[in-house]
Parts: sequence; C-alpha cells; structure tokens
Amino acid sequence: MDFVQNFPFISIILSLFSGPLSSVLSGKKARLLNAAVISVIGAMSAAVLVYVLGTGQEYIYTMGHFPAPWGNEIRVGPLEAFMALFFCVIMLLSMIGGQKEREAEIEDTKQNLYYIMVNLLLSSLLALIYTNDLFTAYVFVEINTISACGLIMIRQNGRTIEAATRYMIMSLLGSGLLLLGICFLYDLTGHLLMSNIQEAVRVLHDTGSYHIPLMVSLGLMSVGLAIKSALYPFHAWLPDAYGYSTLSSAAILSSLVSKGYIFLLIKIFFRVIGFDIVRDSKVINVLFAFGVAGMIMGSVNAIKENNIRRMIAYSSVAQIGYIYMGFGLGTAAGVIASIYHVISHAATKSLLFVAASGITDASAKSTRFFDLTGSGYRNKLAGVAFTVGSLSMVGFPMFSGFISKLLFAQAAVGSTHKMLPTLIALAISTVLNAFYFIKTVIRLYTPIRYVSTEKMSRKPEEFCEITMGQQPFKSVALILFIILNLALGLSSEPLIRLIQNGLEMFA
Amino acid sequence: MSRKLSKEQYEKTKSFRLKQWLDGTKDPFLDTVEMKPQEEFVEDPEKARQRSREKEQRLEKVYDLEHNAEMRIFQRIYRVFSVIFCVSLVLMLLIAVSNLPTLGAAERPVNNEVAGRYIEDGLEETGAVNIVTGMILDYRAFDTLGESHVLFIATCTVLILLRIDKKNSKDYMEANDRIHEPKNDIILQTVARILVPPIFIFGIYVILCGHLGPGGGFSGGAVIGAGLILYLNAFGFAKTERFFTEKIYKRMSFCALACYALAKSYSFYTGANHIESMIPLGTPGAILSSGLILILNICVGVVVAGTMYTFYAIFRKGGY
Repeated sequence: MDFVQNFPFISIILSLFSGPLSSVLSGKKARLLNAAVISVIGAMSAAVLVYVLGTGQEYIYTMGHFPAPWGNEIRVGPLEAFMALFFCVIMLLSMIGGQKEREAEIEDTKQNLYYIMVNLLLSSLLALIYTNDLFTAYVFVEINTISACGLIMIRQNGRTIEAATRYMIMSLLGSGLLLLGICFLYDLTGHLLMSNIQEAVRVLHDTGSYHIPLMVSLGLMSVGLAIKSALYPFHAWLPDAYGYSTLSSAAILSSLVSKGYIFLLIKIFFRVIGFDIVRDSKVINVLFAFGVAGMIMGSVNAIKENNIRRMIAYSSVAQIGYIYMGFGLGTAAGVIASIYHVISHAATKSLLFVAASGITDASAKSTRFFDLTGSGYRNKLAGVAFTVGSLSMVGFPMFSGFISKLLFAQAAVGSTHKMLPTLIALAISTVLNAFYFIKTVIRLYTPIRYVSTEKMSRKPEEFCEITMGQQPFKSVALILFIILNLALGLSSEPLIRLIQNGLEMFA
Repeated sequence: MSRKLSKEQYEKTKSFRLKQWLDGTKDPFLDTVEMKPQEEFVEDPEKARQRSREKEQRLEKVYDLEHNAEMRIFQRIYRVFSVIFCVSLVLMLLIAVSNLPTLGAAERPVNNEVAGRYIEDGLEETGAVNIVTGMILDYRAFDTLGESHVLFIATCTVLILLRIDKKNSKDYMEANDRIHEPKNDIILQTVARILVPPIFIFGIYVILCGHLGPGGGFSGGAVIGAGLILYLNAFGFAKTERFFTEKIYKRMSFCALACYALAKSYSFYTGANHIESMIPLGTPGAILSSGLILILNICVGVVVAGTMYTFYAIFRKGGY
C-alpha cells in the first residue's frame, strides 16, 4: 500500500486531535494551529487527489484490523478527495477573512474555544466525505451539529443565542429523522456498511419485500438531511444563524456545513440505496417540488430583506433549492449540475459574506440597505468582490454561477416531465436573483451626494474610507476568493469531468 | 436514668443527646448548621417597568395581528396543520413499523454473519470477555472515537454559553449560590465522607473491568462523575478546587483524547497497511488483557467523568 493512501485517515485524526489540543493552548496559538492544520490537511488532500486521478480508481482503507462488514472503513475516490481539498481551501479563506471580526466579537478568554469548534467541524466534514459506513456518518453528523451551534452562539448577543437555539432544535429534529431512517435500514438489511446495504437493498427491491419500510426509511433520511441543509420549508433557522453570527462562522456555515449534509445525501442516494431505486421511489419528486419552491421563495424573501447579511442568507435558501432541484431531475446530469453548484455556491457565498463585511466596515458597521450607498467607492476591493459575487450568483458568464445554471438547464432538457417547470423556475429565479443582487450593487456604486440622507440610519460623516492595506487579511482572502471564482467559471471542463468520473465510481 | 454515672458525665454521653433529640428539648443542628431562610426576589421597579415595556413592544411589533398579515394567517393554520402533520407522521411510522421484520424471528436480516462473528469470534479476536466492549472499542473503535469527541465538544459548547469569565460576577455567583441551601450541612458532609470513597472505587472498578464484565468507560466515568458532584455539594467549590479546576479538566481530557487518538491511530495504521500489531491480547479474563481496550476504557472514563462534573459546575455557577 502506498503511503499516500494513509492521508485521508491521517487528516481525520489530525483534525480530531487538534480540537482537544486547542483547548490547552492560548487563543493566539490555537489560531496558528488551526491555520496550520487546515493547510496541512489541504495539502494532503491534494496529494490524495493527484494519486487517485493517477491510478484512476477508488480505494478502500480499513480502519483497524477487521475488514468490513465487521470493522469500519473509509473509501477514497476522486470526488471525495476533491471535496476534502475544496472544503479546506474555503475554510482557510473564511478563517483568514473573518479574523479581525473574530478577535473583536469573541471574548478573549473564549477565543481558543472557537478553534476547537472549527477543528472538530473540519474533522466531521472530512469524515462525512470519506466514510463508507452509515453509522460513522451519523456520529460525525452529531459533532457537526454541536460545533455549528457553538460557532453561531460564540458571538454572544440576543439574536445569536436565539438563532443557535432555533438551529439546534431544527437540526436535532433532522438528526433524529436521519437516525430513525438508519435504524429502519439496519433492521431491513442487517448492515451498516454502505456497499453491503446497497447489495441487500438491491435484493429487497428485486423481490419486492419490505417495500413500505424501505421507502419510509429513504424518506426519513432525505427529509432529515434536507432539514439540516435548510431546504425551503425547513429554512426558518437559517437567516438569523447566518445573519448575526461572527463573519467566519457565517461563511463556514453557509458554504461548508450545509454542503457536508448534501454530500452525505448524495452518498446515501448513490452508494446506500442506489440511484435507480431512489428515482423510482418518487421521493425525489418531493425534493424537486421543495427545491423549485425554495428557488423562488428564497429570492422573494431576499428581496424583502433590508439587512444585507440576512439578504445573502436568504439567497442561500434559493441556492439550496437549486441543488435539490438538480437531485429532483433524477438524472446523472442533474446530480452533476447539483454537485457543481455545491462547489460554486460554496465559493461564492463565502466571498459574499466576507465582501459584505468589508462594505459594512466602511459604512459605520451598519448593515442596513440605505446606509450602504456609495460604499463601493469607500472600500474599493470589497465593492469589486461583492460585484463579482453578485454577478456569479445571478449567473453572469465568466463566473462560476453561470456554469452551474448552464448545467442545470442542460440537465433539464434531458428530463421529459420536469423540463418545463425547471426551465421556468430557473428563469424566474434568475430574474429575482438579479433583482436583489444588482439592486445592491447599484446602491454600492451610487455616490452619496445623489441621494437623500433621510432614509439612512447613520450620518455620512461617520463613514470612512478603507484601503486594502488597512485590512490585509480580508484583502488577501477576497482576492483569493475572486481568483477561485474566476477559475471555476473559466475552466470548468476538467472539474465537470472529475465530478462525472467520481460519480460513476460512486454507484 | 442510670445511677452509675454522675449527672455531669451522663450529659456528655450520646444516649443523653439522643434522648434530648427525641424529647425535642434540643435540636443538635441548631447553631452548628447554617440555616438561612430563602431571600425573596425583589426586582428593581425601574428595571421591571423597562422589561415589561420591552416585552410589550416586542409583542406589538412581532405579533401585531392587525397589520402583520403573514402572522395572522400563520397563527390560524398553524394549529390545524400541526395536528394533521403529527397524526399523519404517527400513522406513517406505525405502518412502517408494522411492516418491519418480525421481532425475534430467526430469519431477520440482522441475524447475519456480522452479529455471528461478533458473538462467536469476539473473544478470540479482541480478547475481551464482554462482547459489547470488544465491539465498541475494537471492531468499531472509530465510531467510539467520534462519540468521545461528541462529549468533549458538548462540554466546550456549554463552556461557550455559560462560562462567566468576569471575576467579580463569579464571586457574586458564588455568594448567590448558597442562598437557597444551608452551608456546610453536617448530614450531607458525613454521608459524603462515607459514600464518596466507595463510589470512586466502584467507578474505577467498573472502568477497569469493562472488558471482563458489564461496565466500561462510559458507565464507570458516569459513576465517578456522580461521586465528584456529591463531594462538591457537600464541601463546596473551595475544597474541590484544590484538586479539580478547569485547567486540570482541560489537560485531563486532552491527555485522554490524545491517548485514545494515538492508540487508535496505531491500530488503524497497522490494520490498514496489513502490519502485524505489536500489542498482545493476553489471556482472556485477566485484568491486563484484550490489547488496547483497557487503555481506551480508562481514556473514555476520564473524559466522561470530567464532562459530568464540568456540566454540573458550569450550570451551577458558570465555571469552576
């Protein structure tokens, strides 16, 4: 066995280990440790990705001396390795971008607790990506949920405590449904390992026995994970959680935590149940309907919103709707589009959060829409970054959002019954997206002297100019985010091939 | 009254004091145990007015049913829909459960080679007489590794929420802590002095024999944690802080989790790379047997005991 093959296991253990280690370190040392751990794991994931692409096939790594189905194992393919690398990159950039806010908003004595949460969150994401065992996935879903709660409420004001409570209740409901689904499935198949469950489910499906509990279990798992990733009617926890938590928490939550659950759902569809059985089950029709509703309602709510961070948060509801609509199409092309959108949305949403915080810094910390007038001139880099993010979200060519919209449209054409609703929803949602994002961009670049200051809650004298040098960390993060976004938008072909390739190995 | 002792000597004996207590002439706890009546909570009227005003404003703003159409519609359909939803969910789950494989039947899918191997070869392969311990700490040790980190991160989250870092408010809480109960309760202290050592010894026994019989790190750790809480209640924070502070808790749980991670990394690494493990399994039934399981049980026990105690300490006064 090549040494590179140990890297996924080492990265999970390393991030798990760095959690307790941060608890005995000071806040500053914990921050450095966290950055180092994320970078090392990112580098290791890149090495694994190169290795897996080189051999052209997945491999199984046994966790312990007992082979599956008796022991645990993890499974590494190109898609998993790429996701691990990508999550590390986004997490590192979000942590860099939000460093100043973290130091200002979190009590000094609780700084290191934040890094415990982030390290354990990373380990749970990695485990969700790599695991080949349904129960291991559940254990790490627990870690993921608790650490996300901690990330929300570590900035302690009334809104975040309320948001964390709401998040906890909704998320635990989701976990409970997921666990129920796993229990049902275990009772029907006698296995917890994904590949063994799939064999057993195939037999059950062919003989037609235990059809009802099998479908109920599939439904429970899908709805559980949909609640946790904020699919439309279950999104009530999302705006406050993203809108009031500290910057890096909001960026990490929106771009990684919900995506980890979506990745687990893809795994359940492809590796546990089998996608053709999922397609026949009609569960995906429900997901499709919710996804389409989310695409429109999320945007409508975002238009009504007056607070820029909550507006971006509501836009997440719409984007999660896109992803579930892609699953709902029931074709491989739809799922590929969804996975691409997971990546593109993660890159864009964290960019938007960091850029929005740069803009509000230049507007006397006000997040109100009218106070942002002319802030694109006051903080030039953040203004440009916000514009890039907005254009990408709307689906402007050159940026990553365009490619995912294109992929969705192409996938819709391949589907017979769902083509028309998908295309209509895509069109309406794009117009609505454009409505609130471009409205904000225009507001950013409207000089203050052309508008009345009556609607503003702050006086223009309180505003200040912010140059790139004043916020070095944020500037670096923003520039890298912009480059990442352009790279995803301009050279998407290899990535799409990689997703296609990885998905084929999945099944 | 006995004539063998003089009256003075007799008044010093325990039987005299018992008689006094039975007669009701003297309460032995009077003056020895501090008994402070509960103080009535009096709120500053200005603050109370402000609070009620805020509440009213909030109600008006959020639940203003005259103007908030969304809220009005929501409130109307909320009850109906929640009942419909719950009933249909219950029905669905009942139907699903009634269609599950029959409980206890031999042909159930769960009675397969997985459970078979755990039962038949578990002792030989893991060296643990207790099959459950062998399963959670050897066959499926990765899950348990995650599970012990769940406990750790839960404690950290509670620390974020409830730990009070300001020094003077901590002192205030310490003073406040005793409002509702007597200080230095003799009954509690005597009982604790007798009970705490056996509780600790029993907890340690449960942890150390987790691979030989019922028990293990989770249950033993909970027993020790309960003992620590009893001790804290009897003697107060000043005494427990001599041997158990937040710093010690953090170091302890770090050492335990690190030890767990290292031990398991070794076994995962050797297992996946098909290297023979250097750890002997020993004779089943002996205390030093079953490879790493004993060490892992101790680690889990330390984490669980610390978590229990920390939860209690934080919920009681926001820190140690």
